Amino acid sequence: MLHDFAIIGAGVTGTAIARELSKYRLNVVVIEKLSDVATETSKANSGIVHAGYAAPEDSLKAEMNVLGNPLFDDICKELYIPFERVGSFVVGVAGDNFDFLEKELQNGLERGIPGIEIIKDVNLIKKMEPRITDDVEMVLHAPSAGIISPFGLAIALAESATINGVEFHYNSPVQNIEDMGNFYIIDCPTRSFQARHIVNAAGLFADEISRMAGDFSFTISPRKGEYLLLDKMEGFINHVLFPVPTKKSKGILVSPTIDGNIFLGPNAKDQESKIDNSTTIYGLEEVVQGGRKIVPSIPLKETITNFAGLRAVSDTNDFIIRASDNKPRLFHAAGIQSPGLSSCLAIAKRIIEIIKEGGVSLELKDNFYRSREKPIVFKELNWTERDQLIKEDPAFGNIVCRCETITEGEIVQSITRPNGARTVDGIKFRTRAGMGRCQGGFCTPKVIKILSRELDLEEDEIVKREARTKYFYGHTKDFRRHKDATA
Amino acid sequence: MLQRETDVAIIGGGPAGLAAAVEARNHGCDVLIIERDDSLGGILQQCIHPGFGLHEFDDELAGPEYAQRYIDVVENGGIDVLTNTMVLEITPTKDLYAISENGVINIISKSIVLAMGCRERTRGAIKIPGYRPTGVYTAGLAQRFVNIEGFMPGTEFVILGSGDIGMIMARRLTWEGATVHGVVEIQPYPSGLIRNKVQCLDDYNIPLYLSHTVVRVHGKDRVTGITISKVDENWKMIPGTEKFINCDTLLLSVGLIPENEITKKAGAALSRTNGPVVNQFLSTTINGIFACGNVLQVHDLVDNVAVEAKKAGKLAALYSKGVQVPTSMEKQIVRVSPGNGVGYVIPNVINLDVKEEFIEKAGSMRFSLRVRKPMQDIYIKMRSGQKELYKKFHRYVRPSEMIIFKIKESIKDFLEGLDIDTPIEVYVEPKNKQPGKRERD
Ligand SMILES: Cc1cc2nc3c(=O)[nH]c(=O)nc-3n(C[C@H](O)[C@H](O)[C@H](O)COP(=O)(O)OP(=O)(O)OC[C@H]3O[C@@H](n4cnc5c(N)ncnc54)[C@H](O)[C@@H]3O)c2cc1C
Ligand SMILES: Cc1cc2nc3c(=O)[nH]c(=O)nc-3n(C[C@H](O)[C@H](O)[C@H](O)COP(=O)(O)OP(=O)(O)OC[C@H]3O[C@@H](n4cnc5c(N)ncnc54)[C@H](O)[C@@H]3O)c2cc1C
Repeated sequence: MLHDFAIIGAGVTGTAIARELSKYRLNVVVIEKLSDVATETSKANSGIVHAGYAAPEDSLKAEMNVLGNPLFDDICKELYIPFERVGSFVVGVAGDNFDFLEKELQNGLERGIPGIEIIKDVNLIKKMEPRITDDVEMVLHAPSAGIISPFGLAIALAESATINGVEFHYNSPVQNIEDMGNFYIIDCPTRSFQARHIVNAAGLFADEISRMAGDFSFTISPRKGEYLLLDKMEGFINHVLFPVPTKKSKGILVSPTIDGNIFLGPNAKDQESKIDNSTTIYGLEEVVQGGRKIVPSIPLKETITNFAGLRAVSDTNDFIIRASDNKPRLFHAAGIQSPGLSSCLAIAKRIIEIIKEGGVSLELKDNFYRSREKPIVFKELNWTERDQLIKEDPAFGNIVCRCETITEGEIVQSITRPNGARTVDGIKFRTRAGMGRCQGGFCTPKVIKILSRELDLEEDEIVKREARTKYFYGHTKDFRRHKDATA
Repeated sequence: MLQRETDVAIIGGGPAGLAAAVEARNHGCDVLIIERDDSLGGILQQCIHPGFGLHEFDDELAGPEYAQRYIDVVENGGIDVLTNTMVLEITPTKDLYAISENGVINIISKSIVLAMGCRERTRGAIKIPGYRPTGVYTAGLAQRFVNIEGFMPGTEFVILGSGDIGMIMARRLTWEGATVHGVVEIQPYPSGLIRNKVQCLDDYNIPLYLSHTVVRVHGKDRVTGITISKVDENWKMIPGTEKFINCDTLLLSVGLIPENEITKKAGAALSRTNGPVVNQFLSTTINGIFACGNVLQVHDLVDNVAVEAKKAGKLAALYSKGVQVPTSMEKQIVRVSPGNGVGYVIPNVINLDVKEEFIEKAGSMRFSLRVRKPMQDIYIKMRSGQKELYKKFHRYVRPSEMIIFKIKESIKDFLEGLDIDTPIEVYVEPKNKQPGKRERD
């Protein structure tokens, strides 16, 4: 089948573009290497919708961030995505370069960023953020900065796109692209796709996709950032807290997540490998030191996990959002490093403009569904509502994840929704089952059982993510027999 | 919404909950056990190794057998049980809310016994750097996979932490035909029982790497190996001592921690064991809420759980019958603090203004503690200011073995000898030390 558009990559960029394209009378397919949306950079970042003062002047980063930030309110309401404008502080302590804060304020004012201000009243700062370091002398406050779950965003965008007719294909790494004159053939190991146009949103690998199509105009290199995630501590800190960057480092931040956890990170280290997202002793130590500078009392014993993400840094150090210079019908949304999450909604709109400018006529559908069914979150209901819900569907009376209070009903819902979960991590990112302090110690066997029942698979066929991430090596009895036979 | 009333509500149907229920029932109370699993028995259901009930039943039973003895008593003793029912909240007014597939149940009880057990600590808590592949499990989860679900979670194992579950799983997995390449322990001594080291590791030639830790997990999708390293006294890795071990699974047996979600929600104060603060009556800081078993402190012997739980069951019953059992929040309390060499002591506080007739009813004055490190030829002592309250010589003490002692004199005299402004201290004193010269750690 010939698709109008193939989007390669299902991170926040690819899913935002998919949803935007699904507003038009088009046949769109999303091709993703991994097992789900947001499984690469879009799942391992700070989850901050930046206010937009920080990106360099005259950069696409700044432009997209400033345009993108205000778009979150509507879309999060339409798609029931938790999002909160908690505001950010850049924390100036004695010895910091305060001129920098003044300059950032000027940037912010020029870019029309709402409410941006410098606060010098230490008592007020302390009142707004009681656990901030005693060394604080002033902060740059940007009330429009927000926090969001980046994978929650991608999952919602993908679901919305699916409802509006976009097809998603997972476990499909694009290996070769052939230009057939007026369409492309896109080869993956187990099948190929045909599409008139390609949107390249392949994150770290966007340069490879571009080269496959015959466009050698840019390269992407990875820059790792490591994190520590702490248990839920409602109200421990209230804002996203940045340090003042130094020449050497942009600095480690301390921030609440939208789910009430606290994180520290990221550091920034260039590396060769686009695969290696492992954490390191030195990286985590840097994160700890940095975090303590702004919040000295940070309780590290509440750490529940650590992780790392890779920024996709282009050789221009800016976003690459344009039609290919030498290949027709190929559009790039590449080099989407930070603030890519903040910018993704604006990037999607910009891609549409570029496509239109390229002479493709896009026709709006009259039956675009803006919203999706509101996901049921058991934890947020009161006792009467909970009782009612269980009476309607007893699966909501069975707690599967005790750390996060997630019911079987929610797990099943996450599987059966459009573009639903197919893996244990898919369930984790949709429902939070396994994201709490016991990190799946309790719920994993239950989740495996439910997945196997709902997907009609054997339990030992269930995977965490991709095919190589199976849980089991067969039944114990077969295993013993096998061992005896080979012994 | 369903409503139920009872005299004593017991949250958790493991050995602690069962023993408490039986005792409360024996004191003439209506008792309701609420258990989230589909059967009673708690953690014992997955402990299919022998070694339970040596004291209580004078028999060496497997976990499920031990549990069954109690379950029989519960089932024949007119005790109500709700299985597949999970308590989600205790409100500050002591209303219980639980859910099951039938809906929400609101339970109104005169007293509550917390017996929710404990959970395993995980990797995050100890921050191992590296990848986040499949193949990193807590030992208890692996135990569940193998013993209950019947699946092999791996073929080549390394176990981090020499806790009891880890060592028991090393043996189990060897029996199942897997290879266990070693147990890695950061301390210079095993953290579980010596018995388990001998029977589960030594007998199967499984190496125990003491003063070592895992410094990296390899493998992006599935574990492909781990790097271990020697550590110094401060648990810092010693560069140059790294060693790579090929394996597809890393099990974590790095300790257990009381299940305290609902304890916290109820507003009870927590102690350094992460369980609720209790007094000598196992009463939390909230009137009518008692705690026992692993929810209070992690036990190594189920028999000790039973003793503690019976006490909690009895006091909860008395409370339900209108006896004013003092809470650990009352005014006349003195703190019991862990001193030199001692990790923690339970009870955390002692109430002084106890009515004489109640002293009789409440039973013995029992203390339990764990030491911080293995020691030889020491005294466990308790004092109030300069006054010595208790002293006992021990040839060996280890953190893996809970130490329990009782006050032998009359409790009335004991309480009268205490001073409200002088905390009680429980500490270790080496045998050959001059009095007055105590070493701090
Ligand atoms: C440490 C860190 C912190 C950050 N913090 C923030 C922040 O707070 N705020 C903010 O706005 N931004 C932040 N960012 C940036 C943000 O995370 C990224 O800009 C954003 O996630 C990029 O999304 P993407 O969809 O372009 O890339 P990805 O999420 O990487 O998506 C690309 C997808 O393409 C797929 N793919 C790759 N190759 C192929 C192939 N051959 N075939 C098929 N599919 C393929 C990948 O599997 C992947 O799923 C941060 C980034 C990092 C690393
Ligand atoms: C691996 C291991 C090996 C051991 N080996 C031995 C041994 O060889 N010999 C020996 O004597 N002792 C042994 N012990 C010690 C002893 O058996 C345990 O300490 C004892 O089982 C603790 O009992 P418990 O009732 O406090 O906790 P658990 O047995 O954990 O029971 C708690 C119960 O509460 C339920 N629950 C929790 N929260 C809720 C809620 N919100 N609502 C409803 N229900 C809830 C749980 O489902 C569970 O059934 C071992 C312990 C472990 C962990």
